[in-house]
Amino acid sequence: MKYAVEMNDISKRFGDVQALEDVHLDVLVGEIHAILGENGAGKSTLMNVLAGIYTPDAGSVKIYEQQAVLRTPKQAIAKGIGMIHQHFKLVNALTAAENIVAGFDSGVWFNAQKVEAKIEALSKQYGLDIAPSKRIRDMSVAEKQRVEILKVLYRGAKILILDEPTAVLTPQETEHLFAILRTMKREGHSMIIITHKLSEVRAISDRVTIMRKGQYIQTEITSEQDEQTLTNAMVGREVDLSLSCVPATGTELLLKVDALTVLDDLGTKRLKSVSFDLLKGEILGVAGVAGSGQRELCEAIAGLLPIVQGDVVYEGESLLGLSPRAIINKGISLSFVPEDRLGMGLVSTMDITNNVLLKEYHRQKGFFITRKNSRVLAEYLVDKLNIDTPSISHPVRLLSGGNIQKVLLGREIENNPHLIITAYPSRGLDIGSSHLVYDLLNAQKEKGIGILFIGEDLDVLMGLADRILVMCEGKVTGVLTRDAFDKQKIGYLMSGGNAHGGSDV
Amino acid sequence: MFKITKQRELPIVKVVLIKLAAIACGLMLLGVALAFLGHNPIKVYSELVLGALGSSYRLVETINVMIPLTITALGVLIAFKMKFWNIGAEGQIAMGAIAGSYLALFHSNLPKPILLVGMVLLAMLAGGVWALIPAFFKVRYNSNETLFTLMMNYLAIQLIVFLQFSAWKDPKSFGFAKIAQFNESAIFPKLFGVHIGWVAMLFLVFAIYMLINHTKLGYEICVVGTSKNTAKYAGMDVKGTILKTLFLSGAIAGLVGVFQASAINGTLSVQVSGGYGFTAIIIAWLSGMSTLVVPFTAFFFAILTQGANYIQTVFQIPQALAEVMQAVILIFALGSEFFVTYRIEWQSKGGPTT
Amino acid sequence: MILFLMAAIQAGTPLLLATLGEIITERTGNLNLGVEGMMLIGAVFGFLVGHSTEMPFLAIAAGAASGAVAAGIYAFVTVTLRANQVVTGLALTIFGTGVSGFIGKYLMGFVLSEGFIDQFEPIAIPLLSKIPLIGPVLFNQNYFVYLAYLLAIASWFYIERTRFGLNLRMVGENPAAADASGINVSLYKYVHIMIGGALCGLGGAYLSLVYVPAWQENLTAGRGWIAIALVIFSQWNTLYALFGSYLFGMLGILGFRLQQFNIPYAQYIFSAMPYVITITVLIITSMQKGKGSNEPEGLSVPYFREDRH
Repeated sequence: MKYAVEMNDISKRFGDVQALEDVHLDVLVGEIHAILGENGAGKSTLMNVLAGIYTPDAGSVKIYEQQAVLRTPKQAIAKGIGMIHQHFKLVNALTAAENIVAGFDSGVWFNAQKVEAKIEALSKQYGLDIAPSKRIRDMSVAEKQRVEILKVLYRGAKILILDEPTAVLTPQETEHLFAILRTMKREGHSMIIITHKLSEVRAISDRVTIMRKGQYIQTEITSEQDEQTLTNAMVGREVDLSLSCVPATGTELLLKVDALTVLDDLGTKRLKSVSFDLLKGEILGVAGVAGSGQRELCEAIAGLLPIVQGDVVYEGESLLGLSPRAIINKGISLSFVPEDRLGMGLVSTMDITNNVLLKEYHRQKGFFITRKNSRVLAEYLVDKLNIDTPSISHPVRLLSGGNIQKVLLGREIENNPHLIITAYPSRGLDIGSSHLVYDLLNAQKEKGIGILFIGEDLDVLMGLADRILVMCEGKVTGVLTRDAFDKQKIGYLMSGGNAHGGSDV
Repeated sequence: MFKITKQRELPIVKVVLIKLAAIACGLMLLGVALAFLGHNPIKVYSELVLGALGSSYRLVETINVMIPLTITALGVLIAFKMKFWNIGAEGQIAMGAIAGSYLALFHSNLPKPILLVGMVLLAMLAGGVWALIPAFFKVRYNSNETLFTLMMNYLAIQLIVFLQFSAWKDPKSFGFAKIAQFNESAIFPKLFGVHIGWVAMLFLVFAIYMLINHTKLGYEICVVGTSKNTAKYAGMDVKGTILKTLFLSGAIAGLVGVFQASAINGTLSVQVSGGYGFTAIIIAWLSGMSTLVVPFTAFFFAILTQGANYIQTVFQIPQALAEVMQAVILIFALGSEFFVTYRIEWQSKGGPTT
Repeated sequence: MILFLMAAIQAGTPLLLATLGEIITERTGNLNLGVEGMMLIGAVFGFLVGHSTEMPFLAIAAGAASGAVAAGIYAFVTVTLRANQVVTGLALTIFGTGVSGFIGKYLMGFVLSEGFIDQFEPIAIPLLSKIPLIGPVLFNQNYFVYLAYLLAIASWFYIERTRFGLNLRMVGENPAAADASGINVSLYKYVHIMIGGALCGLGGAYLSLVYVPAWQENLTAGRGWIAIALVIFSQWNTLYALFGSYLFGMLGILGFRLQQFNIPYAQYIFSAMPYVITITVLIITSMQKGKGSNEPEGLSVPYFREDRH
């Protein structure tokens, strides 16, 4: 049996962080190899080394059993390695075809028709359906991903790296992607797929390499492992994967969203007549593919986006026309975590004190501000939530993901809200920290606080929520109660209840 | 082979040392160039310092350059803190000068204190409004403020050209295109031999420091500068903050305009802003956006400018040397920031191996 | 009228050359505000070499080369050392003003020989120059003007129709994507920033060798800033720049021409026009929310491969 990739003793530091330490990886020809690990385990870093994007501090790489130097992406491409990044590396202003050929073809002239025909043929061969002359900015996420895959295939890649490829896909789209991967495997390609979802490891991979905190743990044949062993290896200790959901008992209405319609800055409709109720002491989960209107829903309730139509009624009062600050003062807390947690809830360059001040400063009287109270509260939070930081005057962007999330949620909870809107609160956290966040939310729920929980991992949503509301393209496509939770059903609703259909899965 | 990695946070002392070393490198390179032209660099440099500080008259002249540089840099700095790239200080100075000159030229019969206060207020208003225009389009349509404020500079300067050569041209100037000298009542008084702009300068250094570090507006400016989304989320009025801050930024530049027109030139002319608006940007940047560092950087640049003026007569070196020196030092200082952020590691040949 | 339009073309030519340079520079994602400085450097070195060698070709080459070297400094500081582009560009302008002022002090009052200037006499292109109105205006010019036409058209083909141009656009729009595609981002940036600088230098050399022709302090008189305005006006398209430069060139000389007709204030209004028009274009394109704008997405953002998102 021949090896496609052998990576030995790879180490890499970023400033103070040892991202990789003596990591090994071997991938066979014609194999789908999963790399499993929690966020921060170094999976992406390792793959960026293989793709020539990061230069390792130490270690050696062999490709098809030949020693290889991979200092630039170009060298990696020449060795037949192609990476499909989690954040697509595509140029919005250019067409699919232009994105695919840029930097690769030789010759002087760029002939769009000829190139597009070539890409058309390639896309047929693998079932990667795209329109070569379409601009990236007009494409859906799944289309962009297909362009990325075509791009590496066009370069003749025989070794494909896919970084969290399913994070942005519906269950149906994921199935479609897996079918493509199996086709490529039959053609003799080797594939490395980075993931932290166990179900996917089992569904697609032949072997799996487990990483933890920048270190290599072990490589196993997937079919010989069960989920619990894999998880324990990934986390490094026995973990309880189950989530607790104390069924909600309250019946009192907290928030009523009625036929809500919202436009974004460009005037596109982002929410189309969204209606739902949220009870006190209830966790209402929101499921949907990224960009289905979750962000706009949060922002509309918090008063950040103007409401075109419909109403938001909170404890019997309409929030229409209130300023964001007035809404905060009513006890509604929005802890929205978009792409990265620092994007909206926190000021990355400021320290913990100044971040605590964010929700407090406007209550101070006069022109000047004092940071006395915030300092006290910051100390209290660090102590209570075990936030790992050198001091309260340490910039939050230098903290780890879990600690940043603790600062954010801790501050919000200290403001004694009645309604917590939280989006992707466990994104980028390891399992331990994620569970700490879930426990914090559950504790709030028991106090009778209503929680709107925007999630991405269906397993988590189904474990935590009392009800799940499914969104697709700005519309509510269904609301399920706990006894009716069903992954296939939710996936079907996430894709609008008609695209692909639920039956072919 | 070498590779480049991100540096961790450096202690402030090290940052200052790196910058000073860069400035020293720049001066050394210039010294080599001077030696190449047949001058003794050490002598040129010492004469330069002497020319800027050597007598009380020269010191006053140097401070006269330092005042507009410091004040303008402070104005620019508050916009930069908000990541609003206001490179329109040049035009805001010009508008301030025009507005102040209007009172000085056409209402000089007012009692002196009222006239002077009026000139200051009007100049600040004009500078502020001039900065508000690009700010408005920034918040409304997200127009590119760098290019917008840049264009506003030339519009303001064209306006002075028009006034100087046409509308306000002094009929008694025998065909020379110049505006009449201000009446004595429109000239700012001196205190300890320097026009009272220095008092305003010291006050502003303190006030801007307080504003940024100890007021709500200052806190809002810093939050908006890091993340507009976070600011909105926290209930801040982002658009209002941008407009307020830009008005203030422009108003401060406008103040410089009226000081330059009245206390330095005694009238309005095309040269009123004299490139101070651009140099101020550089000073704010070199000071690491730190209010209290600004006066020192400005003083250093003032020495370069005035000193070069002096050595022109002593060594017959063209005065343009000042600009060359400023630019070279600046380019070195800019380049040195690389060594603050990144670290170069040398590796054995052939890339990483075990 | 024909003479006036001919003059407009000549006044627009340095603008066009500098604008082309800045478009190519910005297309790599680098905003270089040092145009004025690079033009001055090109002007002074072009004149210096022209005066001392009496060889037009060498003079032009010196103008372009010195502009490229100045841009090379900017490229080193912004691309390799990743410094702020706006501030570095301003520094380059101050540098150019200083260097040209310094050298220019020794060139004051020098004139170019008759024989030298004669080489820039208009050359009528057969057939084309016979077209009524357009012919004499566009095709009875000196070869600098023809060179500028050629460069504008060639750079359009280069950017829009060649693989190098496609790679260049990718670098300017999204350097991370370009890098992942195997494009040498730094190399592309260096080459195009320096080509851009060469064109700015060429624009300056045209001023000191042909248009004026002499050295005078601050010879460019703000034309570098107008070129930056023109980049926005022409929406990063070199063919639009061709049209825009001559329009702005015309506006520039219109004021002086109108003086003789005694129309009050017209001169001042026309001098301010380029800025007013540019601001208007800036506002209109931002109102369209980037839909039609060609402004490179990666403009003035430094790129470091190992930055983590």
